[in-house]
Formats: sequence, structure tokens, C-alpha cells
Amino acid sequence: MTRYIIRRLLYLIPVLLGVSLIIFVLFNVVAGDPTAVLLGKNATPRQMQELREQLGLNKPLFAQYLDVVRSAFTFDFGRSWSSKQEISQMLRQGAYPSLCLTIPAFVISTVLSLVISLGVAFYRGKGIDLFVRFCCIAGMSVSALAYILFFQYFFAFKLGWFEISGFEFGFPDFVPFIALPAIIWIVLSIGPDVRFFRTVILDEIYQDYVRTARAKGLSEMHILLKHVLRNAMIPIITYVVIQIPFLILGALLLENFFSIPGLGGITLNALNSSDFPVIKAMAILSSVVYIVFSLISDILYTFADPRVKLK
Amino acid sequence: MKTNSLWKDSFKQLARDKISLISLLIVLFYALVAILSATGIIAADWSKEVGGSNLPPSFEHFFGTDFLGRSVFIKLIRGTQIAMSVGLATSLIAIPIGVVLGAVAGYFGGWVDDLITWLYTTFSSIPNIMLLIAITMILGKGLFAVYVALGATSWVNLCRLIRGEVMKHKEREYVQAAGAIGGGHFRKLFIHILPNVTHIVIINTSLQFQVAIKSEVILSYLGLGVQGEPSWGTMIDDAKLELAKGVWWQLAGATLAMFFIVLAFNMLGDALRDSLDPKLKGK
Repeated sequence: MTRYIIRRLLYLIPVLLGVSLIIFVLFNVVAGDPTAVLLGKNATPRQMQELREQLGLNKPLFAQYLDVVRSAFTFDFGRSWSSKQEISQMLRQGAYPSLCLTIPAFVISTVLSLVISLGVAFYRGKGIDLFVRFCCIAGMSVSALAYILFFQYFFAFKLGWFEISGFEFGFPDFVPFIALPAIIWIVLSIGPDVRFFRTVILDEIYQDYVRTARAKGLSEMHILLKHVLRNAMIPIITYVVIQIPFLILGALLLENFFSIPGLGGITLNALNSSDFPVIKAMAILSSVVYIVFSLISDILYTFADPRVKLK
Repeated sequence: MKTNSLWKDSFKQLARDKISLISLLIVLFYALVAILSATGIIAADWSKEVGGSNLPPSFEHFFGTDFLGRSVFIKLIRGTQIAMSVGLATSLIAIPIGVVLGAVAGYFGGWVDDLITWLYTTFSSIPNIMLLIAITMILGKGLFAVYVALGATSWVNLCRLIRGEVMKHKEREYVQAAGAIGGGHFRKLFIHILPNVTHIVIINTSLQFQVAIKSEVILSYLGLGVQGEPSWGTMIDDAKLELAKGVWWQLAGATLAMFFIVLAFNMLGDALRDSLDPKLKGK
């Protein structure tokens, strides 16, 4: 077990170097020289040269690559082109509103999906199961944009039940602002979650140990909750843990529509103002968080499932 | 006893199942509309003014008109062409890369496998949406960037699946037999093993196609997609400001157009998995 974990930890290094390489190639090689854009039409060659030095673009490519790798560890991403703010500072400020929205939404939607999928697994093959499955696929086929636009228009604008947009810092103050986006998040994630959980639960239901439990005379409810759910939890935990990085990324579209100043909103603003360093920083940050959580999920997996043979 | 091939069996099963037959017809219909639009037979004059500004749906204009008096229905057809082209281009990029890399990694193992596994782990470590945004932003807005971005993100899953399946197949007797009669690596891998893993490509493509369509809509909405032509995403972007004025038809049209094709691909993907995956046979 320890050897597996150490090996898995060591594997982080090539993956991190690889991610840095992709981001480096995209932003430092393909993107080209940004100085002309930054300084505008009337830039003198001297100004451009100075700016290049300031941004570290006159260094050899390999040194620039090392800068990208370093930023993946230190989270020092330099300054934004448009607001001239320290990017790490912007990200710290943006994390709070993002997490206020995504954590409650994520917890509620996961629990709700689990309850629904246990329910449909109980009534598998019956009308209600077919109905829920159809609703999931149909719900997933509607564009996320349509949900957001419609919910915002109908519940916030027309009925006035929620705030249309904005955000307040501090606990009870932010609740009215995140309520509607959180509901939309839940509606959006229930479809894929229930589909996945249901498949996983049904995979377990046809196993031999379930037949044994039934032969012992245990009630179907008892089997579902005590036996099936425990085993189904293994893939479910992996699925859930691997989604956590996306909570930090925030809900890009939701934050944009509801003017929540989170990381997703920062990313889209940077996109509109062609603020390359911010996008680069978000790409690095989200990848690092993703890599860490996929490591955690792999390790949890080996703890949860003793059958996983470790070579 | 007469035996049918897996393909024949699967096709029969698909044709019997009404839902998958309808899904297949919907996909073919969208493809036909896209081809007719691409060749200029229909919807070539989408930018023409056909009536007043923001007219509600009527028999004359099924989905009303937009703020410039253009027919929303014709714009939807044009958007169908864009969406289908994105799905197709993504598949054409992702399938060769995913299949070749996956097959080579699974078959040869060793350092080749390590290298390819590292490559796809790296690509899958950058959250898709960030990679999509970064690539389209750097390559410059437009359809080409969308093709490249979606191609770059969608080969990963296929590669992983093909690798796993080829690994299982390479020790089988039929491959050993092929080796015994003098077949080389190339022959064993591409003539003998690959036909046995094609079902993965088909299932994956069917599901990937709708992911590409959904992503195109979001990228276009963000202003990164097609420029100067209507797409479902830009139509939804227009609707964002119109909705408060009660102009709902542009949003409804784009949502419905996208809904049916994504639903059809979802259903088809599921049905294909049930009928083509021999492991699920008889369940």
C-alpha cells in the first residue's frame, strides 16, 4: 500500500511537467508576442523591448518553461494585464464567492441524486424507473444556457423570488444571491449524477452476494441500504471526489449570468479582455487542483476496496 | 445452424427498438439539413430581411424574426450546419489520434505505453473547459479554433478505452494464431485486433458528437466560436437581452434545435452500447 502511494506520488512529477508543457506551448510559443497588443499602435521599439524584459519574454524558451513550472508550485502568476493586480490576490478573493455557491450546491445535488437513484434502483424496470431515466436524458439534452436564462428570467425577473444578480460577502448576506444559481446547479447536475449512480447501483444488485442476502430472507430495503450501497459507494466516492476540483473552478456560466465575482467570473472577464496571464493562471491552478484530487481519489479507492490488487 | 454476425445482430436489434430507430432518423435528418445548408441549397440567404423586427412566430415565420428582421427558422438551419460540422470535425480529429495511440499503447506496452499514458493523463489533467477556452482564445476566435480545441480534448477518452480493450485482445488465441502463420505486428494489430474493438469507436463517437455540439454552443455563446454567422450559441446570446422584452422565440428555437439532436445522440449511444457490447448481451 505504502509503495503504491509513493509511486503514485512520484507520478505527479511527470504529469505536472506535462501540464506545464502544454500551457507553456499554448501561451508562450503559439500565442506569440503580446507586446504589440499591450502597448497599442504607437509603441516604440524601445518600449516593446522594455515590456518584453518586464514580462520575462526575452529569456530563452527553456527558462520561460521553468517559470511556468515554478508558478505551478508557488502560485505566483504575476500581474493581470488589464487590472494590473497581483493574480494570486485576485484568485484568493475570487475563491470565496465561488465556494459559497458551489459547495452547498454540490453537497445538496449529490445527496439528492443518491436518494433518487436508490429509489429508482428499488423500483428498477418499473414505470417510475423508466420515467426518471427519460427525464435524466431529456434534462441533459437541454443547453445549460437555456436553464440559466429561463430560471433567471422567470424566477428572479418575473416572479421576483430571488435576486437577479450580485453578491454580498459574509454568511447570511450571500444566501439570497446564491440561492437561485445553486438551484440551477442542482438541476443541471441531477441528470448525469442519477444516471451514473443508478448504473453503479444496478451493477451491484446482480452480484451473487445480493442473491445470498435475499436467500437469507433480508428485506429488499435492508439489502439496498446495507449491502448494495456500501459496495456501490466505491465508484461513487471516486466520481464525487474527482468533481471537487470543478468546485474551485467555480460555475463559469452561472457566475457570469448572476454577476458573482468568483473565479468563474474572473475567468470569463479575462477572456473578454484577452487577459492571457489570468487565463494561464486559472488553467494552471485548476490543473494542479485536479491532479491533487485525482491522487486523493485513487488513494481512497485503495482504502475502500481491498480487492484492488496493488502491483 | 445459421449464425449471424455481431453487426447483423446489432443492426436487427437496433431496428426493432423503436426509440433507437427514431433517434437514428433524427440524426440522419439533421445531417441532411446540414449538408443541404452547406451546399447552399437551403438557407443560403439567412441574412436577408424577411419581415419586421422581432415578429412573433406565425405560419409565415415558424420561429418569428430576430431584431434585424431575419427569419429565426433559417438561422436555426444555418446553426444546424455549424453544430453538425463541429461534431464531424471533432470526430475526424479525435478518432484517428485516439485509435492509433490507444492501439499502439495497448499492443506494444513498455515504454511506448508509458509515454502514451503520460500524454493522455496530462491532457485529461487540465479541466476541459479551461483547455477549450485557452486554445480558442490563443488560436483566435472562429470555427477552426473550435475544431482544434474540441479535437484536442476529445481523443483522450477514446484512447484510454481502446488501449484497455487492445490489451485484453492481444493475448487471445486468434492473435496468437495470426502470429503463428507469420503475421507481423502491424498485421496483427490493424487487421486482426482493431476490427474487434470498432464497437468502442462507434459508441464513443455517438456520445462524443453530442458533447461537441453542446460545447460548440457554449463556446459560441462566449464569443469564441463562429464569427459573422448564426450559431445556436450566438442566438442564445442574442436572446439574453431580448428575453426581458418578451422575445422568447430565438431562445426557444435554438434550445429545441439542440435538444432533439443531443437527445437523439444520447439515446443512440445507449442503444448502441446495449447492442454492440458483447459483454452486455442477454442482460
